[in-house]
Formats: sequence, structure tokens, C-alpha cells
Amino acid sequence: MHAPPTARRYRPPAPLGGRRRATGSPAGRNARAWAFLAPALIIIGLFVVWPMVSALRLSFMDASGFGREEFIGLENYLTVFTDPDVRDAVLNTLWYTVLFTPTAVIAALALALLLNSPRMPFRSFFRTALFVPFVVSFAVAAFAWSYLIDPQVGLLNHWLRGMGIQLGNVLEDPDLAMPAVVLVAVWKLFGFYFVIFLAGLQDIPASLYEAARMDGAGPWARLRSVTLPMLSNTMAFVLVFAMIAALQAFDQIYVMTGGGPYGHTQTLVMEIYESGFRKLDIGFASALSYVLLIATLLLSLVQFLFFGRKEKDLSS
Amino acid sequence: MSAAYRTRLRDVRPGTVLAVAALVAVSAVVLLPIAIIVFTAFKPVAEVNAYPPSLLPGTWTLDNVREVTSELPFARLVGNSFLFAGGVTAFALVFDSLAAYALARIDFAGRKVLLVAIIATLMIPFQATLIPLYQLVADLGWVNTYAGLIAPRAADAFGIFFLRQFFLSLPRDVDAAARIDGASEFRVFRSVVLPNAVPALLTLGLFTFVNNWNDLLWPLVFTTDSEMGTITSGLTLLTGPSGIVPHGVMMAGSLIAILPLVIAFLLIQRRFIENIATTGLK
Repeated sequence: MHAPPTARRYRPPAPLGGRRRATGSPAGRNARAWAFLAPALIIIGLFVVWPMVSALRLSFMDASGFGREEFIGLENYLTVFTDPDVRDAVLNTLWYTVLFTPTAVIAALALALLLNSPRMPFRSFFRTALFVPFVVSFAVAAFAWSYLIDPQVGLLNHWLRGMGIQLGNVLEDPDLAMPAVVLVAVWKLFGFYFVIFLAGLQDIPASLYEAARMDGAGPWARLRSVTLPMLSNTMAFVLVFAMIAALQAFDQIYVMTGGGPYGHTQTLVMEIYESGFRKLDIGFASALSYVLLIATLLLSLVQFLFFGRKEKDLSS
Repeated sequence: MSAAYRTRLRDVRPGTVLAVAALVAVSAVVLLPIAIIVFTAFKPVAEVNAYPPSLLPGTWTLDNVREVTSELPFARLVGNSFLFAGGVTAFALVFDSLAAYALARIDFAGRKVLLVAIIATLMIPFQATLIPLYQLVADLGWVNTYAGLIAPRAADAFGIFFLRQFFLSLPRDVDAAARIDGASEFRVFRSVVLPNAVPALLTLGLFTFVNNWNDLLWPLVFTTDSEMGTITSGLTLLTGPSGIVPHGVMMAGSLIAILPLVIAFLLIQRRFIENIATTGLK
């Protein structure tokens, strides 16, 4: 972890002492500060905070998107918690998260461990190759993978058939469609988690490994007793990040399956998009948005508390 | 001593060979989708749909590239992508760095509360505010305009937080000296702090550009006119349930869509990867 620099950056700036006079009166400083802040605060206030408040209001309305609004209390939330489509979308999103998070995180960690040693040949080539998918959009990734697993002309399908694995029409298969869209997300995002793990590994002091070696610890013992404990903060960060990404899955699903077959890849954000922009059931879609918002906030809060604790540990 | 060294070499080598072999295999799988995009883009239709399929084209052709540019208002979409991603990046860098400067360098009342509030908005997923945001943009008459695409993202909490962290790490002696010489706050910001923050601005800029160029949901929602979409959203118009557009054409479009980003990334990859990695940790 980049513990020392982070700790340094978090510390409030050193008192300015005599120089403070040069920066003018407190009132003048306040005015200047707000002038610097104004453009960003106006944008964020107007386009993030206000819509959030507005979504909360709409979630208590029967609203169709044509200006008709009627207060109906908690009815949208009742629908959210009883509607079988929503239940399926929530379960699909959880299934997606369960498939995605461990796969992406373990792949990223394993590759970071392999590539951490400076003696590894072609290290920077591998690092670049593994990170390239991160700059490719989900949509393009979805096109490429759809073609690769096409039942007729897909190259990957063809090769797998050569090895005796018959996948058939993956995106039309209720059991395989979800793993397929998850695979695209793993492909696109694991490189990001990989470089975060690499940075975390670089920050583990070599002296700890020396000490473990002196105690006669082999590679496995060193991994278990030095690397993984020292990496726990990075691990927590990556896990939360991956789970948030999974909760918000949309792009490649929209392209590859459109939520199908028979709703088997219909996630929460797909459901919000459909109810809000196709069926124009704005109130219901807003209630659904708040479910997503609260789930994300809870995960972020876990992360924030975790890192807040680390901050305190470091500054004490 | 030398015997021990030889033993260690013997211990290490098979492991390293295995590791390199594993890395080659993983990299091959990871690069396969990119390879299929590049090679299929230049394959004749007959080969694209041939069985058994092959990775490399037998003969190379520009037919797919020609066809995708005639199926879509292609130059327009690529131009829109540059305007949208570039516009968001330019505005966000200016507004974020101004705000970050105040939070990092000016000692004003309410600074801590404001910082916490900004971090809190960082946790709001944009998907959750999409519907009222769309209504707002529609009320402003900004659907299908560049303003509607760009303005809502002209500043963001992540960028402010990221730059604030960086500004805090810069030494404060020089700006104090500049102030004593009578420099205004804005002058300190522009001529002292910003020039020293170029690496952070570059990283944030590329990160913002990539995210917006690649975004699908945003242009999908804020543009209904196919002339106003981005290349990322425009390509999805070609797919659809019937899947009538040939794979070769899709791959040619995909290649054009990823080319600018992949080139930019390869040019500055080392610094970008390092900065992204440490960014994630803050």
C-alpha cells in the first residue's frame, strides 16, 4: 500500500506561521476559496445532488414521464420488494457479482504475484498486454467476444469443439449467458485490479521477506504469512471496487443479450433502464434506483470506514 | 557457496519457465479479442463466414472499413466522440483543478465539511440519478446537444479529490514566496501549482477521456438522434436482435473505435499504469 505518501497527503497542511499574513484576511480567503470552488460546485450540485434529491421525490410518485405526477407513498417501494421481475433482476445481479468478483480478483492477484518479481523476463510486455483490455470499451469487448463464441463461425467455439467441449449457442443458453457476459467484464476489468495489486506488492518491505526467509519460511509460507496479510488493505479496496462494478453491470449485457434469454441476464441497471426509458414508469424506476444507490453507498461506506481506520493507524 | 548457488538456480529455473509459459498463455487469451477485431476487420466476407473459421485473413481487404463508414455517419460519430470525451476532459480538468486548489491550498471556513460532502457524492452511481438527470437535461432543451452530453460531467468529485491529494503533496514554499511578491491567488494557481501538477493532470485527463469515450449508457440516454451519438453508442445501432450486420463490418467499426485509445495508451502506458495504480489506492 502507498501508506506513507497517503498519510502525508491526508495530514492537514502545516501551519503557515508568519506567511499567513501574506494570504490576506480570513474573509478575503473565504471569498477567494468560494470563487475557485464555484464552477465545480454548481455543476455537481445541479447534475448530481439535485437529481439525487429529485429521484427520491419521484420514487414516492406515480409518474409517467409526461409530467403527470401523483403522490402514492411507498407503493413503488412495495412493488420493488414484491415484483417478481425485480426479484429476478436482484438475484441476477447477485449471481453476476458472485461470478465476477472472485474470478476477477483472483486472476488479478495471481498475475500480480507472478509479475511482481523484477527478475521475471518480459515483465513490462506482460504488464502492458494484461492492461490493454482496460482501455477497450465494454461495447466493443462485447462485439468481439460475441463473435468469438458465435455458434457457427466463432473461432473460440471452434477451438473448444476441437478439444471436445461443445458449448452450443452460449448467448441463447439460460445457464451459459450469464457466465458469458461476466467473462467479458472479467476480461475488461481484471487488468485494473492487477495493477493495483502490483502497486500494493511493491510497497511490502523486502526486509519482511528476509526475516521470513531467516526463519526458514518457504515460498508458500512467505505468501501466507507476509504477502497476504500485508496486502489485506489493497485486497479490501479491490474487492469493494469489484463489487460496485458488478452492481452496476449494464453495457456488455445490453449489447450481447439485451437481458435475455428469458430475462436470465436482466440486471438491476438493465431493469432501471427498461422501466425508466422504455416503459416510462419513472416513479418505479426511481425507487429501483434508490435500491441501487443504497447498495452502493453501503459498500462504499464499508470501504471508507476501512480506509478511515487505516488513516488513524498511520497517523498515531 | 557455488554449489548452493547452483542448487538455487536449479530451483528457480523450472519455476520461472513455467511462470513465463503461463503468462504467455494468459496473454494470448487476453489479446485474442483484440486480434480477432484487427484481423476480421480486413477479412473478405466469404472468409468471415467460412467454416472452419481462422484467425488470420487469407486475403486482406478494405471492404469492411468502406462498408461501416457508409452504414453509419461514421466521421460524424467519431467527431462526436472526440468532442464529447474531449470536452468533458477539458472542462473537468479546469473546474476540478480550481476546486482542488481551494481545498488543498486555501484555509477557508467550512473546508472540512465541504471535502466530506464532495467525497460523499463520489459514492453516488450515475445510473441511480439517470432519470431525473435526463428530465433536467430535457427541461433545459439539451437532449441531442453537445451541452447535454458534456455539461453534467464538466466537473466531478473523483477528479477534485484526486487533484486535491496531489496538490497537498506539492511543497508550499514557492507559492508563499510568490504571494509575498504580490502574486494573486489565481496567479499562484496558474503559474506555480498547475505547472507542477502536469503528471497528475495528464493521468486524470486520459482516465476521464477513456471513460467517456467508452461510455455506452450516457450517450444512449442523452442522444436520440443517431447523428448525435458517439462511436461507442453508434456501433450498437448496427447490432440489434436480428444481427443483420456482418461480423466483418462490426469488427472494422470496433477497430476504428478502439484505435485512438489504444495508440494513446501505448504511447504513455508506463506512466499511465503507474498513476492509475496509485490513484486506485487513494
